[in-house]
Amino acid sequence: MTAGAHDYTPDEIMTVTAARQLPNGAVCFVGIGLPSAACNLARMTHAPDLVLIYESGAVGTRPTVLPLSIGDGELADTATAVVPLPEIFAHYLQRGRVNFGFLGAAQIDRYANLNSTVIGDYAHPRVRLPGAGGAPEIATFAGEVLIIMKQTPRSFVPRLDFRTSCGYLTGSGARAATGSPGLGPRAVITDFGVLRPDPDTEELTLSALYPGITVEAARAATGWPLKIAARLETLPAPSPEELRVLRALEASTREAQARPVRITLPAAGARAPN
Amino acid sequence: MQLLPLKETIAAHVCDGARVALEGFTHLIPFAAGHEIVRQGRRDLHLIRMTPDLIYDQLIGMGCASRLTFSWGGNPGVGSLHRLREAVEHGWPQPLALTEYTHAELALAYQAGANGMTCGLMPHHTDTDLDRVSSSSRHTLSCPFTGRPLTAVPAVRPDVTILHAQQIDTAGNVLLRGIVGAAREAAMAAERLVITVEEQVARLDVDLNAVVLPSWVVTAASIVPGGAWPSYAHGYYPRDNRFYLGWDEIARERSVFTAWMEQYVLGVSDHAAHLRMLGVAT
Repeated sequence: MTAGAHDYTPDEIMTVTAARQLPNGAVCFVGIGLPSAACNLARMTHAPDLVLIYESGAVGTRPTVLPLSIGDGELADTATAVVPLPEIFAHYLQRGRVNFGFLGAAQIDRYANLNSTVIGDYAHPRVRLPGAGGAPEIATFAGEVLIIMKQTPRSFVPRLDFRTSCGYLTGSGARAATGSPGLGPRAVITDFGVLRPDPDTEELTLSALYPGITVEAARAATGWPLKIAARLETLPAPSPEELRVLRALEASTREAQARPVRITLPAAGARAPN
Repeated sequence: MQLLPLKETIAAHVCDGARVALEGFTHLIPFAAGHEIVRQGRRDLHLIRMTPDLIYDQLIGMGCASRLTFSWGGNPGVGSLHRLREAVEHGWPQPLALTEYTHAELALAYQAGANGMTCGLMPHHTDTDLDRVSSSSRHTLSCPFTGRPLTAVPAVRPDVTILHAQQIDTAGNVLLRGIVGAAREAAMAAERLVITVEEQVARLDVDLNAVVLPSWVVTAASIVPGGAWPSYAHGYYPRDNRFYLGWDEIARERSVFTAWMEQYVLGVSDHAAHLRMLGVAT
């Protein structure tokens, strides 16, 4: 039981809550799926000057429909600049020009380390997942990281099968001791609420719940004994305006994705010179 | 630069066992060239690509590859590449050895290959288990000037890189426009560079800083309109997101996948016939 009998879905309140973490003017490294929806929702509501960077090379992009892939033409058409992919990582991320990075994964542990590589043994995996992509670099070099994941005992695990990208490693300053330039994951946004690292141990602690969600439900969805913040907040429900913008964005995206592609081939015999 | 029909280009430049990079990040993926490799029954290829995408799902599922070097192997925004998964999880139709990088590492490895370097250097990203399982693909060392930790990755130099591009001019110079990914680096790293293009023009319509590959670095080229479908060619046709969504069902089961490949790839003589059979082109 997650968001319950409200006029919004669990995905919607996750997306809206993620969008609210982004201040106007920030530079954000965007991933596909809920992160892309959250970043564009923020840009279309409270943060019109949010700068969105996609790893495909689109900088300062302002799509009117959500891309299915990280490199749809819409991202290039609406961008300030389109740069080669090595430059996105070198000039923007490594050089420290990105304030926020978004990550998701198949598994997370209590120190917000992430697995997006395999379930089971690496050499003989039960499930082969897509792999690292840009996650290890985003986890290291973004000013701070936001994680969006559905909370279940299968995904919030005591021990990762594989560590693809780092959160706080073993906690209590272990990450900072490596010299990692970014602050690490400052919030994990789930379908129950928000977890934040404890200021001392860096263990993820339940700090806020959505309306109608209980602590017991959040605990039951976590594969380790979940710590609860001394002052547990209740997060506001999505506003009618946030829901209107998000639903319009998703409707236009569905329409665009259903549109057939037609290619006109040159007439036979009119092939280009050889 | 030789301008040849695609069949001849692939026959001449892609041999069994070769290290082959079909690049293009979401955009300009050389699907027509990949299908021709399937039709010619190439085996034991070492496929290299940042994002294997549907084209490598197809090549792997048809038994063309024994090794894959990559950095992210999913169907973007959709889910798994089922044929890639089945090769890794169950060895079908044959086992697939993996060399894994992160995006920044593989982009850097191409860059190193293109620069004539034996390795590339980047600031060290905080420890991951990739260091453990792909230890031959990265090494941590200290900056000789500051002592800061660095990651070194060995240069990637494909035997042949294949790209799809928008235009080639009559002198054989090639233009790529839009999202270019690491295509330029993969091209310049390769021993041979094979290009498919949307069209030939008298003169490239370019700004001074456009990505133009001069004819003398291009080994061979073929004119293949629609050659990037179901990915896209900016300015010509958009990404067929409907097909990418639908691929999930086609690729999920061995038998459905094999029947689809037999009908739409092996059962046609070229890419134009493939597009017509699928109703994408008329």
